[in-house]
Amino acid sequence: MNLQFSKHTLSNGLNVIVKENHHAQSVVVRGYLHGGANWDTADTAGTAAFATGVMRRGTKNRTFTEINETVESVAATVYVNAGRHMVGFGGKSLAEDFSLLVELMTDNLLCPTFPEQEIEKLRGQIITDLQELDDDPRGLARRHFRELLYGPNHPYGRPVDGTLATMPGLNRQHLLDFYRRLHPRDGAIVVVGDVQADAVCDTLEAALGGWQPAHTPVNSDLPPLQPLTTAVRKNHPMPSKSQTDLVLGSLGPVRTAPDFYAAYVGDTILGQLGLGGRIGQSVRDEHGLAYYARSSLQGGLGPGPWLVYAGVNPGVVEQAVDLILAEITRFRQAPVTAEELADAKAYLTGILPLQMETNEGVAWILLESHIYQLGDDYIARYPDLINNVTAEAVLAAAQKYLNDEIFALAVAGPNNQSERSQ
Amino acid sequence: MTSSDVINYTLPNGLQVLLKPIHTAPVVSNWIWYRVGGRNEQPGKTGISHWVEHMMFKGTPTFPKGRIMLEVNRNGGVLNGFTSQDYTAYFEILPADRLELALRIESDRMANSVIDANEVTSERTVIISEREGNENNPEWALHEEVMATAFRVHPYGHMVIGWKDDLHNITRDDLHQHYKMYYGPHNAVLVIAGDIDVDATQTRIEELFGPIPAGPPPPHFNIKEPAQQSERRVVVRNPAATAYFHAAYHGCAGADEDMFPLLVLESVLSGSNIGGGTPTHRSARLYKALVETEIAAYAGAHFHAGIDPSPIHFIGTVRSGRTLAEFEAALKAEIARLVDEPVSEAELAKVRKQTRAQFAYTIERVSSQAQWLGFLEMMGDWRLFDTFTDRLAAVTAQDVQRVAQKYLQPTNRTVGWFEPQAQE
Repeated sequence: MNLQFSKHTLSNGLNVIVKENHHAQSVVVRGYLHGGANWDTADTAGTAAFATGVMRRGTKNRTFTEINETVESVAATVYVNAGRHMVGFGGKSLAEDFSLLVELMTDNLLCPTFPEQEIEKLRGQIITDLQELDDDPRGLARRHFRELLYGPNHPYGRPVDGTLATMPGLNRQHLLDFYRRLHPRDGAIVVVGDVQADAVCDTLEAALGGWQPAHTPVNSDLPPLQPLTTAVRKNHPMPSKSQTDLVLGSLGPVRTAPDFYAAYVGDTILGQLGLGGRIGQSVRDEHGLAYYARSSLQGGLGPGPWLVYAGVNPGVVEQAVDLILAEITRFRQAPVTAEELADAKAYLTGILPLQMETNEGVAWILLESHIYQLGDDYIARYPDLINNVTAEAVLAAAQKYLNDEIFALAVAGPNNQSERSQ
Repeated sequence: MTSSDVINYTLPNGLQVLLKPIHTAPVVSNWIWYRVGGRNEQPGKTGISHWVEHMMFKGTPTFPKGRIMLEVNRNGGVLNGFTSQDYTAYFEILPADRLELALRIESDRMANSVIDANEVTSERTVIISEREGNENNPEWALHEEVMATAFRVHPYGHMVIGWKDDLHNITRDDLHQHYKMYYGPHNAVLVIAGDIDVDATQTRIEELFGPIPAGPPPPHFNIKEPAQQSERRVVVRNPAATAYFHAAYHGCAGADEDMFPLLVLESVLSGSNIGGGTPTHRSARLYKALVETEIAAYAGAHFHAGIDPSPIHFIGTVRSGRTLAEFEAALKAEIARLVDEPVSEAELAKVRKQTRAQFAYTIERVSSQAQWLGFLEMMGDWRLFDTFTDRLAAVTAQDVQRVAQKYLQPTNRTVGWFEPQAQE
């Protein structure tokens, strides 16, 4: 399978990738700029998410209400949000409304006014969301897991959405300072849908090409990580809840690591295939301990976690942890079988047409390919990247990244044992 | 897409087949729908339809335990199943040249699921775990109480997953009996959309599903919820940090002529909601009245018509520092406005455009087209697919006001409050 698309660079350095798809009536835009929650400090956690949220809530040309009315009257969506390394922006509309989509998106990016009233409205909503998170075992387990794995002083250890401690202290100046560091250079915008590539490039050049901030793009290198040297565990007692959530894992590979694909195929075997790979087979299918028990590999620009998560009855938490650790031990001790490897490869290569059925799916693959510089022929090479993985390579990745003695474990729910280290 | 694009026929054993060839991507989506769900469950056996759905992944003699999901995965596909109040559906999405596998799986487990006693024991704790995961969510707990209060007779009063005591008590024989009663070609609809060769597909359907004997007709369903005579209220108090609101007004059935005005009413209040990934609620009335005024972090109206009269839901998350009483008062004012005044032409025009666009987004996936066809057939007639957006567009301001006056009466509602208590 191959994918023909066109590439262009705007006069301000923003890369444009267009894939025409005339089978669909819609157009999807997915873009990113460098900058995100990694710019936040421990005291200002949540700034990137807060700032990007407010960027959509008032511009020189439209109030928040007017933006909503304009966007929703044509059933479009326009967004700006923050990840750890990037600010995402874009939207979706019927192709007939593409010009309006670009106009609104440009307005959010270039002309936000950060109205005080909207800052306070959004702050209240975020605080309510964070209070809800404090009552959510699954969300808490994931948050504690990141704190354990990366430590509170690393940006990866902090929640993108901030905390109840930081949100009240963020002011308009924090948001403006974040916004003013953004720069279009080396960002990208992907457009997929019922459009003409030349016209798209002309429209985007007219809309965004003049956005040329005077400052130098900000270097967003991560501070060094302090890998774990022992098992660490955090229990968050929640006596009123019915189910306990747990997250257990280690640092995984970055997306561009040579052994990423070995880990990716391995993760499919460990906790994806069928009802959750080997983990699901053991915890759910054989022992009936959980409705969900799976693994996840989150390689990104920095070392994302390679983790296992499960929701279990409070009385069987330790049994579930032991079963998960036993599977990690097995995964590190012996190569996966030839059948497992063949199944994983067949799944990961066979599913590509499904992932590319929609404009959103194609846009994501093109954006991923650009962010990680996977090459214009990435989709054509993808089957080989997967099929070249050997059982030995999977084993090496498992031994390098996963560990049954050194890991982070977060548990949130009722009837937990007191906090302890393992 | 029009009905002329769909091939509709019925096998001698009663299996209805809907085929929709679409050649825009090398993908096929196979769905089988059974006319059984929470609606068909007796007291003491609630959750049994959903549990049978779980057991349908536990194997047959041909596809032993674990093989169904694995075979689909290793062929580059995904699959799942879900149970609603009205139906149970299973689907596979596969590369187009692998449709054969989906047909073999679904024809096999239509008649040959083992439902092994040991697997039932193992799955009991899995399903209880699924329920406990839901119980962790205060909004879900409130929803369950509101439904149980709103419905005194009709099985819509219990959640699809069932009451926990029933999940402890249901036996292997109960499950097997339920399976044999409702699973069969006479009670199913097969829907396939995607890059298919129609003649070859029809041949394989006949070969694989044709020999399955029709079972006895499922029990006749004739339970009607008595008209509600007065407002009902329920308060849930649990440790939490946030207050939640949930009101349910009895509405109409999916085949009722009031469905389209109620869908427009829902859209005027909280945006069109037929899919496609573009939320449209922030320019709608409830967001302006409850979120923009900083009473709520979320407020929405939802109407999903089922086979029998179904509720119109109003739900919300109360913003920190505000109260449930404030939320309820502001919501009632918006409902009174709908009852007292016709909606504007501008609002109707927006709903029409939103519906047209969301429908276009949704049908970009072959699986969504198959899902729509199957869902509409479960509700009464798949041909509604052709006229759905036109029927919505034909709704007038007077229609919306009429259904508001008919259904949004205080005596017809059940109001639920979730009052957070301090953590222990």
